[in-house]
Amino acid sequence: MERLRRTMMFVPGNNPGMMADAYIYGPDSIMLDLEDSVTMAEKDTARLLVYNALKTIDYGDTEMVVRINPLNTPYGKKDIEAVVKAGVDVIRMPKTETAEEVIEVEREIEKVEKEIGCLGRTQIMAAIESALGVVNAYAIATASKRMMGIALGAEDYSANLKTQRTPEGSELLLARETIVVAARAAGIDALDTVYSNLNDMETFRNEVEAIKKLGFDGKSIINPRQIEVVNEVFAPKEKDIQKSLTILAAIKEAEKKGSGVIAVNGKMVDRPVVLRAQRTIDLAIASGILTKEDIQ
Amino acid sequence: MNSIKDRADLIAAAAKKMGKDVFKDDLVKNSTPRHDLQRKSGKVVTLEEAIKKSGLKDGMTISFHHHFRGGDKVINMVVDKLAEMGFKNLHLASSSLIDVHKPLIEHIKNGVITKISTSGLRGDLATEVSHGLMDEPVVFRSHGSRGYAIATGELHIDVAFLGASSCDPLGNAAGFSMSENAKSICGSLGYALPDAKYADKTVILTDDLVDYPNQLNAISEADVDFVVVVDSVGDSSKISSGAIRDTKNPRDILLAKKAAKVVINSGYFENGFSLQTGSGGASLAVTKYLRQAMIDKGIKARFALGGITSHMVKLHQEGLIDRLIDVQSFDKVAAESLMNDPMHKSVSANEYAALLEPGSATHFLDVVILSALEVDVNFNVNVLVGSDGIIRGAIGGHPDTAADSALSVIVCPLLRGRIPCVVDEVTTLITPGSTVDVVVTEFGIAVNPRRPELKKRLQDAGIEIVEITALRDRAKSIIGEAAPLPFGDKVVGIVMNRDGSVMDVIKNIAD
Repeated sequence: MERLRRTMMFVPGNNPGMMADAYIYGPDSIMLDLEDSVTMAEKDTARLLVYNALKTIDYGDTEMVVRINPLNTPYGKKDIEAVVKAGVDVIRMPKTETAEEVIEVEREIEKVEKEIGCLGRTQIMAAIESALGVVNAYAIATASKRMMGIALGAEDYSANLKTQRTPEGSELLLARETIVVAARAAGIDALDTVYSNLNDMETFRNEVEAIKKLGFDGKSIINPRQIEVVNEVFAPKEKDIQKSLTILAAIKEAEKKGSGVIAVNGKMVDRPVVLRAQRTIDLAIASGILTKEDIQ
Repeated sequence: MNSIKDRADLIAAAAKKMGKDVFKDDLVKNSTPRHDLQRKSGKVVTLEEAIKKSGLKDGMTISFHHHFRGGDKVINMVVDKLAEMGFKNLHLASSSLIDVHKPLIEHIKNGVITKISTSGLRGDLATEVSHGLMDEPVVFRSHGSRGYAIATGELHIDVAFLGASSCDPLGNAAGFSMSENAKSICGSLGYALPDAKYADKTVILTDDLVDYPNQLNAISEADVDFVVVVDSVGDSSKISSGAIRDTKNPRDILLAKKAAKVVINSGYFENGFSLQTGSGGASLAVTKYLRQAMIDKGIKARFALGGITSHMVKLHQEGLIDRLIDVQSFDKVAAESLMNDPMHKSVSANEYAALLEPGSATHFLDVVILSALEVDVNFNVNVLVGSDGIIRGAIGGHPDTAADSALSVIVCPLLRGRIPCVVDEVTTLITPGSTVDVVVTEFGIAVNPRRPELKKRLQDAGIEIVEITALRDRAKSIIGEAAPLPFGDKVVGIVMNRDGSVMDVIKNIAD
C-alpha cells in the first residue's frame, strides 16, 4: 500500500507535551517544527527536544517529518545533523526557491548518513513559499531522487505576491495548480498549505474539497480537530469503491491468465485506471470503510 | 335516653380500659390570620438558638451536604459559629469537602473539629490532612455507602445543618426557589436527604424563607426541627466549578469519541438502556457523541442517572432520554430543569446508590462512564489520592456505579504531563478491578479479562483492543520509572468499601 499523506500535522518543536501526544490523533504525517514556531532563543533546546522525541517516542507507522531552519541560518546544518541521526523519515525545507538549495540540503544529509552508515534513508520535501519558488516548482521537484513531495506555504507566498489571503483563495490558484502539475510531472506528492482559523470549520472543509479537486494528496494542518474533516473529504464514495474493487479483481484474474489488457463493463482498463483504483482502495482502508481482510 | 351525658360512665370506663384520659372540651381557637400564624412558627430561630436548642454537645457528630460545591457557604458559617460558641471535639460528616472549606484547617488546629467523614477532600485542607494535620484518620465513603451508613446508624448524625435555596417556616425545603426573592439554586438535595431523615435534629439554613407550603420540596417538614434564615447559603455560579468541565481539549474529545464507540458497540446500546456519566471533562463529553448515535440509530434511553448535566438535560428535552434521575445537579441548567420538569426527579443518596437498598437506581444502570486519576494493571481504580500521594479528589459514586452497572467504562489519559495514569498498582484502592470493565486511553482501549464476551463484541466492531499491561509499558517507555513516594507511618485516611468493610488506608506523605 502506497503511503497516504492526507494530513501533515504541524507540532511546535519546543512543546514536549504536544510532541508526545501528536500520534494519538492519527495524522498520516507529523511535522515537528524547528523553524517558525521556535524563537531564536529556543533553537538549540528545540533541536534537542525533537532529537529525543524521535529517538524515544513510539510513533508507530506515522511518517515523521522535521521542518528545519534554512541552511543560510546558523541552525540549518545542526538541524540536519540532529534529525538524520535521530532517524527522521523526511526533512522539510522551508521557503525553497531553487533546485540548488535542495541539492545543498541533500549534500548535508549525505554527509551525516555516510557518517552513521545509512546512506539514502532520509527523504526531502520542499515548501514553496514565493513567486520564484512557484516558477521553479518542477526544477525543485526533480532536484533530488530523495524528493517525496512539494508543498505550498501560502502566507509568505501571498505577501511576496503583494496580495493577501481570501476565503475563496483565488490568489493561490496559479501556485496550487503549478505545484500539483510539477509534483505529478516529477512523480511525487503535492501538499496544500495550512488553514489557521480553527473556529471556522465550514470554510476549512470547503478549502479541503477545493484542493482535493485540484489534485492535492493532502493538507498541512495545525490542530488535531482538522484531521477528521480532511479524512472525511478524502474518503472515497461507496460507488467508487465498488468500481475499484471490480477493476482490481479483474486485473488479478487477467494476471492469472497471463493477459495484459482487460476490459470491465465493456471499457478498456489501462494502467492509470488501475493505479487510481488502487489509490481509492488505499483511501478506503485508511478511512476505515474497508479492512485489509475485505480485500483478500 | 342516649345523650353524651348518659354515656359518660361508659366513656369513662372505655377510657380507663384503654389507659386514656376522657376528652375535655376546653380548647380556645387561635384566631390569628393563618398567614401571620405560619410566620410565627417556633421552628424559625437564629443559628445560635438552633444550635443551643438542638442539644449539640462536645464530641457529637454534625453533618452537611456539598450541593453548592465551590460556592458552599454553610459549612464555614456553621463551624465558625460553633467555634465562637466554644464547641470542641466535633465529628464533621459532610457529603464532600472542597477547596472552599479551607477555613476548617484552623478549626481542626483549635480542636473544634477532631474527626471528619466525607466522600472527598480537595485543596489546602486535603493537602494538610495528607501531611498529618489530624490525629484521627479521615473516613472516606462513597455516596451510596455514606447514605447507607447513616440509615443503619453506623454513621450516626446528632445534628444536620443543611443549606436550602427555599424553605417555609415549617421546614419544607428545596434546592431551588420558585419565589421572586430566590437568591440561590443548587437543584437536587439528594446527598442531604439521609441526613434530614436520620439525624436526631435537623436544621435547615435558607436564604429564601417562603410562605407555607413550599411546593416541590425535597425535604419534608416532618424531618426538620429548626429553620434558620441567612443572607446566603451558596453561590450558584460555582456549582459547575471544580470537577465539572466542558472540554475543547482535543485529547478529551478523542477520548470521548473512543468511549462513545465502545458504548455503541458494547451490546448495551439499545432502546430503553440507561446511562450515567461522571464528572471529568472527557466522560462528560461522551454524552455529546452518544447523542448523535442515538439519533442515527433511533435509540432512546429510559433514564440517565447521577450527577445530571446540561448535556443530559438537552438529550432529555430532545426526547432521547425519557427520565432524569438526579442525586446531584452538576450545573445551573440541570438545577433549573429539576425545578421545572416533572420527568426530571431527584433521589436520595440511598435511592441512588446504596448497596443494600433494592430499589437504588444504580442497580438498574446499564452503562456508566467514569474518569480516574489512576488505573492499574488489575483494573483497580483510584480517584482520591494523586500520584504525589496527596489527597485531591472524591470517591463520589465511582465504586457504586462501577459495581452495579452492566458496563463500566473508565476514561482517562495515559499521561497527564509527566504523570502516568496506567500503573502497576494504584496509590489508593477506591474501585476494585472486579467491577471495572473497560479502560479507554488515547493510546488504546483495554478490556477486563473477566469480560471476554465484551472484548469480542468490540473487536467484531473493528475496535482495536490492547492489553492493559501494554498501556502501562507505553507510559513507562515515555516517562520512565517513577520514584517511590515518601509516605510516613501515620494513617491519615481510611477508605470504606460500600459493603461496610475497610478497603484501604492512606498514609501521611512526608514533606
